[in-house]
Amino acid sequence: MSNPHTNYFQLFALPERFNIDIQSLEVNYRKIQSASHPDRFVSASTAEKLHSMQLATTANEGYNTLKNPATRAKYLLEQRGINAISDTNTAMPADFLVQQMEWREHLEEAKVAKDLPTLESLVIQLQAEAKSIQTELADLLDTKKNDIAATEATRKLIFIDKVCADARQAIEQLE
Amino acid sequence: MALLQISEPGMSAAPHQHRLAVGIDLGTTNSLVATVRSSMSTVLQDDFGHALLPSVVRYAPNGDVIVGHEAQAQQSNDPVNTIVSVKRFMGRSLSDITDKAHIPYRFVDGKNTEATRILQIQTRAGLKTPVEISAEILKTLKVRAEKSLGGELVGAVITVPAYFDDAQRQATKDAARLAGLNVLRLLNEPTAAAVAYGLDNATEGTYVIYDLGGGTFDVSILKLTKGVFEVLATNGDSALGGDDFDHRIYCWILDKVRESSSNFTPLSEEDTRLLLTKSRQAKEWLTDNFEAQIVCRLSNGTLVDVTLTAPQLVEITQHLVTKTLSPARKAMRDANLAIEDIDGVVLVGGATRMPHLRHAVEDYFKQEPLTNLDPDKVVALGAAIQANILAGNKNDADLLLLDVTPLSLGLETMGSLVEKVIPRNSTLPIARAQEFTTYKEGQTAMSIHVVQGERELVSDCRSLARFELRGIPPMAAGAARIRVTFTVDADGLLSVSAREQSTGVTAHIEVKPAYGLSEDEITSMLKASFISAEEDKKARMLAEARVGAGAIISSVTAALATDGNLISDAEKQTIATEIKKLASITKTNDATAINKAVDALNHATEAFAAARMNASVSRALSGKNLEDIKL
Repeated sequence: MSNPHTNYFQLFALPERFNIDIQSLEVNYRKIQSASHPDRFVSASTAEKLHSMQLATTANEGYNTLKNPATRAKYLLEQRGINAISDTNTAMPADFLVQQMEWREHLEEAKVAKDLPTLESLVIQLQAEAKSIQTELADLLDTKKNDIAATEATRKLIFIDKVCADARQAIEQLE
Repeated sequence: MALLQISEPGMSAAPHQHRLAVGIDLGTTNSLVATVRSSMSTVLQDDFGHALLPSVVRYAPNGDVIVGHEAQAQQSNDPVNTIVSVKRFMGRSLSDITDKAHIPYRFVDGKNTEATRILQIQTRAGLKTPVEISAEILKTLKVRAEKSLGGELVGAVITVPAYFDDAQRQATKDAARLAGLNVLRLLNEPTAAAVAYGLDNATEGTYVIYDLGGGTFDVSILKLTKGVFEVLATNGDSALGGDDFDHRIYCWILDKVRESSSNFTPLSEEDTRLLLTKSRQAKEWLTDNFEAQIVCRLSNGTLVDVTLTAPQLVEITQHLVTKTLSPARKAMRDANLAIEDIDGVVLVGGATRMPHLRHAVEDYFKQEPLTNLDPDKVVALGAAIQANILAGNKNDADLLLLDVTPLSLGLETMGSLVEKVIPRNSTLPIARAQEFTTYKEGQTAMSIHVVQGERELVSDCRSLARFELRGIPPMAAGAARIRVTFTVDADGLLSVSAREQSTGVTAHIEVKPAYGLSEDEITSMLKASFISAEEDKKARMLAEARVGAGAIISSVTAALATDGNLISDAEKQTIATEIKKLASITKTNDATAINKAVDALNHATEAFAAARMNASVSRALSGKNLEDIKL
C-alpha cells in the first residue's frame, strides 16, 4: 500500500542524504505513528480508517527503509534515478567477488561442521566490513556526489547484508 | 434556584457518556476480565469474589453449559464433556495435536476436505469446535462485566499469545463474535503486560516480557519511550506451557504406579483427568514447599500414593525450562541486543512462579526478574487500559502500541520452496507486494499458496490459505506480471490479494480459509445461538445499524468542529446535509436505509478524512507542512 509518490525523507522531515540523524528519524516516526495509527481511529469513519491504515503502513515502510543503511542508500539512489539492483547494473570489482565467494564458502563449511564460533566470528567480520562501506557511502553520496561509485558500494553492502542474514539464520538453526 | 453545576477541568461534563469497554485475557487455564474505573485498571470479580474464571466448559446432562469453577469441580467425574485448556486447540487440525493419547476427549477431524480442517470435540451436546467452546468462556465474562458495570459493552480488547499464528488469531476473533462481543483489537499478551507494568511504573528503557502461561510461551522485547511501546522482537512456542509440566508429573506418577503394581490396566478417561489435576496441584504446591504427597484411588481400585520432591520436579522438567531459553535468544538476536542492553525482565503467567524457571531467567539475563504485579492478572489489566483508550474514553491518548508480526509470511514457489513476503518482527500495520510470473506458455490461472513460518520448505510451514487467480490472458511463459499483496492489520490478521499487472485485466480471486470457520458457518452458529424469531433478527439488525449511525455522526460532527477549516464551505455544506439525512433516517425502522445513509456519509467525508490525516501528521511534526507530500 506504500505510495510510490511519498518521499520518505520528506515524510520524516529529514534532509535527503545518506548521513541522517537516526534519533530524529525515530522521534519523527513515533510522532507520525501517534497521529496516524489505526488505534487512533477505531470508531472513526471508513474513510478515516482507510487513510490511517495507509499512512501508518507507509510510515512503517519508510522507517524501515531509512533505518537500514543498505536500503537507505538504495532508496537515495532511486530518488536520483538509479536502480542499484537492476539486472543491467551488475558490474562488480573482481576482488570483491572473490571476497564474497570466500565468505560464502566459510559459511557453508561452518554450517556443515555445525561450527557456531566460526559463524559468530563471520557475523562480526561482516558487520565490520559493512561499517566501513557505510563510511565510504556517506562520502560518495553526500560529499562527492559520485553516484556511479556509490551504486557499486551499495551493491556491496546489499551483498554483505545477505551473507550476514544467512549466517544468522544458520546460527539460529544450530541452536 | 438550583445551583449551576460546573465540572472539574479535564473531566467530562457528562460522566454517563463513559463508554463501557473491557480487556479480556482468554487464557489456557484461567480467563479474566478487567476494566478501567476512575482511571484505575481493575479485574472484575464474580458474585463469589473470584477474579479468575477457570477456562473450563462443561456440557451438562440437562443441556446447560457450565463455565468456570463449577465445571472444573466436575472434570474428573465427567472428563469427556468437560473441556479444559481448549485454547491449545484453537485454529488447529487434529494432526497438530501430538499427545492425543493423554487428552481425555473424543476428537473428530473436521470435514475431511482440505478447505476446513479444524478439529471438533464430541460432547453430549454434539460436536463442538474450539471456537464455540471458547465463546462460552467469553460469554460468561461478558455477562460478568455487564452485570458489574451496569450496561452494555461497546467493545473488548482480547489478548492472544504473541506467537499465535494467523489461524489461531482468526479463531479467537471468531469466538468473540460468537459470544456477541465487539472486538476493538486483538492484543498480544506480553504487550498487554508491558502496558500494565510500564504505566504503573512510568518506565522508560528496554524490557523483556517472559510470559509462560498454561499452554503457550511468549517472549517479547519492548522499547518504552514517552508512552510509545514499541515491540522490537517477539518469539515463543505456542505449544509450551504449564500444562506440559503437569504432563511430565503425570507420566512420572504413572511410571511409579507401574513399578509397584504388577497388573496395571490402561487408565480410564476419569483417571487420566484425576491424575492430571493431582499433577497440577503438586506442581503448584512445590513452588513454596519441598515435597508434595500425591494420594488418590483410581477407578480400578489401585491406590496411588507417591511423593514428589522439588529436586525431582526440577529433574523431570528442566528440559522444558531450557526450551524457553531458545526463543529468548532468538528474540534478542532479532532485536540486535546484548544482555547488558536490557533494563528489566518482567515475568508473566502463573507458570513463572516455579522457582527453577525464575532461576533460569535470572541466570540468562543476569538480573533478578520483576514480579511486583500479579503474574495472573497483569495481562487483563493491560488489555483494559488499551480497551479504555480504543473506546475513546481517554482523549489525550498518550499511549501508543507498536506491535509486530511474530512469524514470517510467504508464498509457495516452484519446488515447494517458500518465498518470504513479510519477514517476522515487521511492525504492524504492514503491506508488501511481490511480483510473480507464469511458468508455462499460455498459462491462464495461478495457484497461490500462503504460508506462515520460518523454514525454507513449504511442508515445514503452516499453510494458511490457497487462492486461485484465474482469467490471466494467455501469454508467453514469464510474460505475465502477477502482483500479490499481503496486508497485515493492527490485529495481526492477514489478507492477501492478487492482480495481473501487464494487461490491466482484473482477474478473479477466490479465498479458501484452510483453518478457521467460514463466514457461513459463523452466521449459522450465530443464528443458532440466538433463539431467533425473524423479528428478533430484524430488531438486532436495526439496533446495530442505529449504533453504527450514531457513532459516525458523532465522530464526523466532532471532526467538523475541530478541523472544519480544512475544507471549503461547500464541502462542509455537503457533509452537513448527509449528516441531517442520516439523522432523520435513523429515526425510522429501516435498517437497510440507515446503512445506505451511513455509506453516503462515509463517501461524502473521503476528501475531508484525507485532509485531516495530513493536517494531523503536520501537527505531529510541529509545523512541518505536508501539503506538498503526496500520500
